[in-house]
Amino acid sequence: MALPQTKLDATDARLSALSLPAGPAWLVEARETALARVQAMGLPSRRDEYWKYTRPDTLVQADPVPAALFDGGEAPVFDGIDALQIVFVDGVFDADASDDLTGEGLEITRLADAPDIHWAKDLYGQLETNGQKPVERPLAALNSAFATDGVLIRVTAPVSRPVNLSYVHRNETSDAILHHVVKLEEGAALTLLENGPAAARFNKVMEVEVADNASFNHVRAQGRDHERRAATHIFTRLGTESAFKSFTLTANGVMTRNECVIELTGDDAIAHVAGACMGDGKDFHHDDTVFITHDALRCESRQVFKKVLRNGATGVFQGKILVKEGAQKTDGYQISQSMLLDDDSQFLAKPELEIYADDVACSHGSTTGAIDETALFYLKSRGVPTDQATDLLVLAFLAEAVEEIEAEELRDEITARLQGWLERRRA
Amino acid sequence: MLEIKNLQVKLEEEDKQIIKGLDLTVETGKVHAIMGPNGSGKSTLSYVLSGKDGYEVTGGEALLDGEDILDMEPEERAAAGLFLAFQYPVEIPGVGNMTFLRTAVNAQRKARGEEEMSSTEFLKVVRERAKTLKIDADMLKRPVNVGFSGGEKKRNEILQMAMLEPKMCILDETDSGLDVDAMKLVAEGVNALRAEGRSFLVITHYQRLLDHIKPDVVHILANGRIVKTGGPELALEVEKNGYADILAEVA
Repeated sequence: MALPQTKLDATDARLSALSLPAGPAWLVEARETALARVQAMGLPSRRDEYWKYTRPDTLVQADPVPAALFDGGEAPVFDGIDALQIVFVDGVFDADASDDLTGEGLEITRLADAPDIHWAKDLYGQLETNGQKPVERPLAALNSAFATDGVLIRVTAPVSRPVNLSYVHRNETSDAILHHVVKLEEGAALTLLENGPAAARFNKVMEVEVADNASFNHVRAQGRDHERRAATHIFTRLGTESAFKSFTLTANGVMTRNECVIELTGDDAIAHVAGACMGDGKDFHHDDTVFITHDALRCESRQVFKKVLRNGATGVFQGKILVKEGAQKTDGYQISQSMLLDDDSQFLAKPELEIYADDVACSHGSTTGAIDETALFYLKSRGVPTDQATDLLVLAFLAEAVEEIEAEELRDEITARLQGWLERRRA
Repeated sequence: MLEIKNLQVKLEEEDKQIIKGLDLTVETGKVHAIMGPNGSGKSTLSYVLSGKDGYEVTGGEALLDGEDILDMEPEERAAAGLFLAFQYPVEIPGVGNMTFLRTAVNAQRKARGEEEMSSTEFLKVVRERAKTLKIDADMLKRPVNVGFSGGEKKRNEILQMAMLEPKMCILDETDSGLDVDAMKLVAEGVNALRAEGRSFLVITHYQRLLDHIKPDVVHILANGRIVKTGGPELALEVEKNGYADILAEVA
């Protein structure tokens, strides 16, 4: 089917502002195929059903909207966590600020330095390609074609020290495209942290292959620069008895679209994805889009998304569980909730279940509501001022999502950040 | 301590007068009880005094140590020393009981310009006071009132009272939903807090709570007014004959 002319024009405008980076033959090939995919799909436009609630314009246009740097006067999230640091400044790897890319059970290569022969050649752009069906994700294909940097991480054993990807934003007009590939071999385990705004506009793809009995933990805190924009994708494929757990904290940022595409292909695998979001202001827009495919026996998936929106902020949740024929004993759970602190804020939710197996347990729920006035009065009657009482209830509301983080140290770090931000907001 | 003069209250939503010219004075250090039949305005009185939304004061005043509290926010009334033990304590999922208590104690201290309590000091005091109310460490850790039994909820109210050390305590049907043992435990908690500088207003349907918390003065509230005031014997009279006789007598 031919693409509409406006879409063709918009796609051409964006593509002409970019050039395919050089690299080893396998990567050049992967980029060229990705480019062909983008050209065939066209970049998202407002008419697309999948972008009904989120305007893709600023994510698609040739040049990024400049974003002022934000200094919250605080240490980066996860600074207190002992981790292997990998730093990108406006989308470019910073060797001086990063640790040596070595560690027991870890093999880390910078994408820009990828050699002629490398394990990532079987994965780069592959999981992304798999994730293009049944719904197209053109911004991810664009990323595979034009990503200039990123890391390729192979994990061969359980690794206890997390890897922390820090994304520093220094240039007000930066447009960063990063692509990471993570491969967890059988029985391996890794905790991957991500933090920071990255750039004025950030397009990031992370492909994660989790082999049998391997486990991947992901905790991310997206940067607080008010004007930053981001479109991120996680594509993951899970082997037998493997586990994937991902949590994202978002506060500030005018535009965020986080897509998470999970394929449970091995029996007894587990996938949990969660997000806590605090949005403030009428230009705040945050979109969580999740697509989980059950294609094996007895797998468990869980989606827990909570948003607190105020002063006209908008939150979006599109979450789908697809249970394929034969994926018996699937256990799927999805909850998306928002707390609206005023009449101007809005939450748009599209929860979906599509089930082709007859012996499954799937549930989903979505709620939106105001703060609990009874609880608020109870707190006030004990002497807690209105704004502090509101914050307590906001934290309590988000806690269900934060509790999805398994490691106590990380959970506490996220909670402490939330508390700190709320307190400073009051001051 | 507490002076209520010609108080008149109606529901905001509907044009319904609930309190119709109520006068009541609770002296410092005294325990007053208010008894009355269903619908007489007992709970409305406690909510209006603590500042709950949904009620409109159409006349009169309520002074706490000479200061009119009716224009204050609920948290200002609390900081001024007013405490309401709820008839139905509210469950707050996600907020730890301990966090709640410490936030409340320190918010009040801050509002009064006092130094905040350190976490070590707070922990010490809360453990000690929880123990006398048979509140265990688990109840302190759990979210506020979530999964608490009726008795646990009421004990938790008294613990809050013990921590906040208010000067004017209003107990709204604290005995409702309690068995005899639980009621005794709650009453002991209240009695332990009786002090020279602290007054109580105990609102109840039944005399039996007053067996344990001995009032100095008993008032009968009916149809939005105090219709009779007497000593503890008035409560016994209600217990024996019901409200009908008294209401007939004052009518």
